[in-house]
Amino acid sequence: MTAQETRTHAIDMSSVLRGKGIQDEQNETCIKVENLNLFYGEKQALHDINMEMPRHKVTAYIGPSGCGKSTLLRCINRMNDLVDSAKIDGKIILDNENIYDKAVNVAALRRRVGMVFQKPNPFPKSIFENVAYGLRIQGINDKRILEETVENALRGAALWDEMKDRLNDNALGISGGQQQRLVIARAIAIEPEVLLLDEPASALDPISTLKIEELINELKEKYTIVIVTHNMQQAARVSDYTAFMYMGELIEIGTTSELFTNPRKQQTEDYITGRYG
Amino acid sequence: MDNSKIGQHISEQFNKELEDIRNKVLTMGGLVEQQIELAVQAFTTGDVELADQVIKQDNQVDALEMDIDLECTQILALRQPTAFDLRLLITVIKIIHEIERVGDKAERVAQMAIQLAGVESKFPHHELEHMAELVKGMLHDALDSFARMTIEELAEITERDDKVDREYENILRQLITRMMEDPRNITRTLDVLWTVRALERIGDHACYICEHLVYMIKGEDVRHLSQSELESKLKA
Repeated sequence: MTAQETRTHAIDMSSVLRGKGIQDEQNETCIKVENLNLFYGEKQALHDINMEMPRHKVTAYIGPSGCGKSTLLRCINRMNDLVDSAKIDGKIILDNENIYDKAVNVAALRRRVGMVFQKPNPFPKSIFENVAYGLRIQGINDKRILEETVENALRGAALWDEMKDRLNDNALGISGGQQQRLVIARAIAIEPEVLLLDEPASALDPISTLKIEELINELKEKYTIVIVTHNMQQAARVSDYTAFMYMGELIEIGTTSELFTNPRKQQTEDYITGRYG
Repeated sequence: MDNSKIGQHISEQFNKELEDIRNKVLTMGGLVEQQIELAVQAFTTGDVELADQVIKQDNQVDALEMDIDLECTQILALRQPTAFDLRLLITVIKIIHEIERVGDKAERVAQMAIQLAGVESKFPHHELEHMAELVKGMLHDALDSFARMTIEELAEITERDDKVDREYENILRQLITRMMEDPRNITRTLDVLWTVRALERIGDHACYICEHLVYMIKGEDVRHLSQSELESKLKA
């Protein structure tokens, strides 16, 4: 199969967005990726990506290591700007605005697009201060607002009951699964629109993983979620849409129920069924 | 045998498990085909011993059904298959149920053979034999399509069911005539009727197998469609 054939300009996103397994007729696009190319120096890491991610839905990126799924995820809050050799062309439109427009304030963008990484990275501070951190750097120090926000964020991250009596404990002293939910609480404390999750459960035990997955399901009521995962069953469990990437290209995007039962592309089939590609 | 659809997993063990399931389905199908043949032979010749053998063989079929079911459940639980692999296992679970039902029908024919053995019958056996040949052929070809995992012949197999239905109605008319001619024939004629009915149902089960195979291969649910709708779906 040549590169040209695998590209997905031709995919009719509107039919994908209303595909099998999606009840919601009111799907509106939150993030739209248009003709996105990314180079790390000479090497092209993303090839002409075109896709849409609907609001208040979970979109999962799957694909083998090095296929560009994390790179694509990091484009959505311009994390790749921090990589000197990275060069990007194309557009990512968030709520009708191209986030790569020169006028865009990157710090403001990252407030709207929160991110959680593979390894929980709490700050060496108290649990309370971890969640309140985003507000404090915005200059909000009103105790009442902080307390209310911290409680809401911890509740949102399904952590309040476990943490309410130990808010002043050091965040490094709680378990990995709790730390990851704490990091999610920190991300949602500043009320972003979009949450980017890069392998959020890969370092966790199965029960903590299930808690994170359950949390994702609850969070999508309020946020648009994009998740990168190596665990295909996890993508199948938590996402509404799944995109399969291979060697920097988007091979296929579809509703998760369709992609896992009857994928359109042979490459997708080979990958998800564990065959030699 | 073409292995391209179930071989080629990175896990060689998974390949073996799927291959094993396929072989068992085919063994089960072969047993049932043989059951039909022997049951009809027992019926037409009045061979009670042969009929007994058919009835006993049904245990083997039932055991295989449970065995395959268990293996499918284990693979679903342990390997969480997707795409074609998932559809294959779902389809296997469904078609072994159809095959098992066909086995029951053959057993029924064998029971009637025992019941009617030694009874002077004016019923023309060659029509019943012809019908048995038809349905056995449908089942055989459906299982052949499963073995090769191909879709090309499925519409042609289901089309043959019309012929089976016509034969069935034809025999039914003759049986009704016999019952009207002499009410003393009714009990025995009804026994013959059950036999013919069992054969007709085997044709239906072969059609269901074909429908399940379309799902397995194309991922499309074609149950409850007319023959022409099925044909156009398969062409699409």
